[in-house]
Amino acid sequence: MNQILFIIIIFTGLALIFGLLLGYAAIRFKVESDPIVDQLDAILPQTQCGQCGYPGCRPYAQAIANGDSINKCVPGGSQTIQKIADLMGVEPPSDDNELLISPPKRVAFIHENLCIGCTKCIQACPVDAIIGAPKQMHTILRSECTGCDLCVDPCPTDCIEMIELPATPDRWKWDVETIPVRMVQ
Amino acid sequence: MSILNIISKIRKGKLWDFHGGLHPDEHKRESSEAPLVNAGIPPFLVIPIKQHSGRIGRLLVKVGDHVLTGQQLTASDHPMEVPVHASSSGVITSIELHTVAHPSGLSEPCIHIKPDGLDQWREREPWPDFHRYDAIQLFDRIRQAGIAGLGGAGFPTYAKLSVAREKAEIVIINGAECEPYITADDRLMREHAREILEGVEIIKHILRPTITIIAIEDNKPEAIAAFLLHPLPDDVIVRVIPTKYPSGSARQLIEILTGKQVPARGRSLSMGVVMVNVGTTYAIRQAIVEDEPLIRRVVTLTGSQFKKAGNAWVRLGSSVRWLLTQFSLVPEPRQRVIMGGSMMGFTLPHADVPVVKITNCLLAPSVSELPPRDDEVNCIRCAKCADVCPVKLLPQQLYWYSRAGDHENAEKYNLSDCIECGACAWVCPSNIPLVHYYRQEKAEIEHLREEAAQAERAKLRFEAKKQRLEEERLAREARAPAPARPVVSSDSDPVAAAILRIKAQQNKAGASGDLQAEREARKEQARQHQAEKAAANRDTEPTIANGDDARKAAVAAALARAKARKAELVGNTSDSSMINAEQEPAASADPDAVRKAAVAAAIARAKAKKAQTEQPVAPVVDMEQATEAVDPDAARKAAVAAAIARAKAKKAQAEANSASNTEKQG
Repeated sequence: MNQILFIIIIFTGLALIFGLLLGYAAIRFKVESDPIVDQLDAILPQTQCGQCGYPGCRPYAQAIANGDSINKCVPGGSQTIQKIADLMGVEPPSDDNELLISPPKRVAFIHENLCIGCTKCIQACPVDAIIGAPKQMHTILRSECTGCDLCVDPCPTDCIEMIELPATPDRWKWDVETIPVRMVQ
Repeated sequence: MSILNIISKIRKGKLWDFHGGLHPDEHKRESSEAPLVNAGIPPFLVIPIKQHSGRIGRLLVKVGDHVLTGQQLTASDHPMEVPVHASSSGVITSIELHTVAHPSGLSEPCIHIKPDGLDQWREREPWPDFHRYDAIQLFDRIRQAGIAGLGGAGFPTYAKLSVAREKAEIVIINGAECEPYITADDRLMREHAREILEGVEIIKHILRPTITIIAIEDNKPEAIAAFLLHPLPDDVIVRVIPTKYPSGSARQLIEILTGKQVPARGRSLSMGVVMVNVGTTYAIRQAIVEDEPLIRRVVTLTGSQFKKAGNAWVRLGSSVRWLLTQFSLVPEPRQRVIMGGSMMGFTLPHADVPVVKITNCLLAPSVSELPPRDDEVNCIRCAKCADVCPVKLLPQQLYWYSRAGDHENAEKYNLSDCIECGACAWVCPSNIPLVHYYRQEKAEIEHLREEAAQAERAKLRFEAKKQRLEEERLAREARAPAPARPVVSSDSDPVAAAILRIKAQQNKAGASGDLQAEREARKEQARQHQAEKAAANRDTEPTIANGDDARKAAVAAALARAKARKAELVGNTSDSSMINAEQEPAASADPDAVRKAAVAAAIARAKAKKAQTEQPVAPVVDMEQATEAVDPDAARKAAVAAAIARAKAKKAQAEANSASNTEKQG
């Protein structure tokens, strides 16, 4: 009987010590945000387009961390899905063939003769890539545009179009075999 | 080993060697023996705005302008912006996209000039005694002359020299020209050694190095002799290096001459070494001494399909097609034209491309001379590529990673250090175009890096916008504490606020019973109606009213009716006395009678109300309270009900009148 009491006391004491230890650690080593969310956010393309159904890339990263499916990022394409799959330790969804092809990079373009200067697209742009003022023509900073499509719908005159970037020698990816690296015999 | 130690070893004539390398057939004699000729002024010039690595400047001219030879066409506001110049005087016909000398065959903006054939120069200010000018002035002129590395990379010379100032211990003038077929530098050195040495003096004047080495491969004895004909200063030495491909590559040449390797991702400048091509050195001399910007260069025209192969001074912007005919090319079917040498050059998409600053050779081989590559087969891991790689990379590993798109490993195996010399592909027994895969992979990695940078920027901009909107909102709230919307302080949505307001109102009314109030109002209406009816039909149905209140009301109504009738009678008598008795009595147009009727109705109303107030039923009291209290809605309803009652009373009055009239008439 005495022994049993002794054991109970020991275990109660241990439980108390560890409980206090854990409680202290929870306060002392408190992690402000989920580090996995930061990592996921770093993988996502930051177009802030909302095509995943979340209002921006970070909310979607949060959602993935909470168990949402990883193939909702349209601008990221297969590369992003693969990277998230690696990070989360899950299999990339194989049935979603549509997403496995990276979409070509597109940017918004304002047909300036149709622009009435309503500033609606400016308010829609998540990255402030549109400049203009009320009743002044707007234009898009091509280098900052993420191609998220968010400015297309609010335009009352349908003057915004998504265009593919024209190919330039700088961005050419050597996709034709034109280099004769073989020598004369 | 300190730099001084190295320099003393260099002075003693020590040479080092680099790993790998090979000895392809040189094919240099075909073109090196003919003297330099002038290709002349072409019928049209196409001058790409970007002919170097770096940024493009803004245009200084417009369509229709007449330009003089050597006139600057684009501005240079940035160290990496290299201007372009008009190669001959003429009129600018258009500024539009044109295929440029690039393996992709893509187009870039070009200035199209129709030369007038006069070759009229802009005003020139030669500086034959360049020693009088300081480095800043010389830099500026080199920059404005549009000089970019003529060896092949096209790096802006101004940018290279300006960072090297005060830091360069060793200047290497690169005359190795290791690539097969190309003899442009060889020919230039043979014929213009004096000018090149003058250029060396200018570079020395700017950079003040300890030693300047002119490096020439031993397969160009005439060029070496040309330099040795001139008295050389103590700190300039001509170093003859053994022929080996790719000794002309900057890093390999540095290793040969100094025994030191340029660190990966590092700059040769960190070792105190600066390298300038002989062609560039000549261009610097021309720019300073003659004030001649870079508008022409030596181009080797070679290959078995040329009748007279050789080297020529070609104005930048000349069409390749025009040059080929000038040098009597006899094209075979599907003639290939390669820009650059056989190792690092690329096949032109078509011959209508302009000669640019980095064009050192046009090679038109026959099929038998340079047969198209056989189909590639599998890698057999023979490691020959690793043996010849001058950078000591593992080409077969890079090949696997490049094909698999394994960017991480490709970078780990230092793909970025590949100089794309083509040695690995040349020795490959499986005919694998290795360099092609490396270029694709490099482009892909570069693309991904750019995308990552852009994503990072987009994130920052997104965060900044969010923060800005939040700050704006806070500022707005601080400015106006929003008195119009006291109900909703946190929610700024006006619709939600309105809904909340309505709800609050409904709740308040609901406490005293909104529906109840309505019901009571209706009841009151009915009661009044009943009372009036009772009053009207009192004679015929005297006991219609039920209850105490109804009776009282009925009494009151009857009283009113009686009064009204009296008034009517008075009116009628006066009427009948004055006008025809036939006048319609129901009209009761008499103002007096109407007033009286109204008064009577009001009294009746008041009575009815009183009767109601006196009624002991609780809900009615409640209703009254609700009406008199805050609820404006219920009050309005009550008012409406009262108005209806009034109207009814009036009607009843009229009816009573008509009844009395009929009575009287009857």
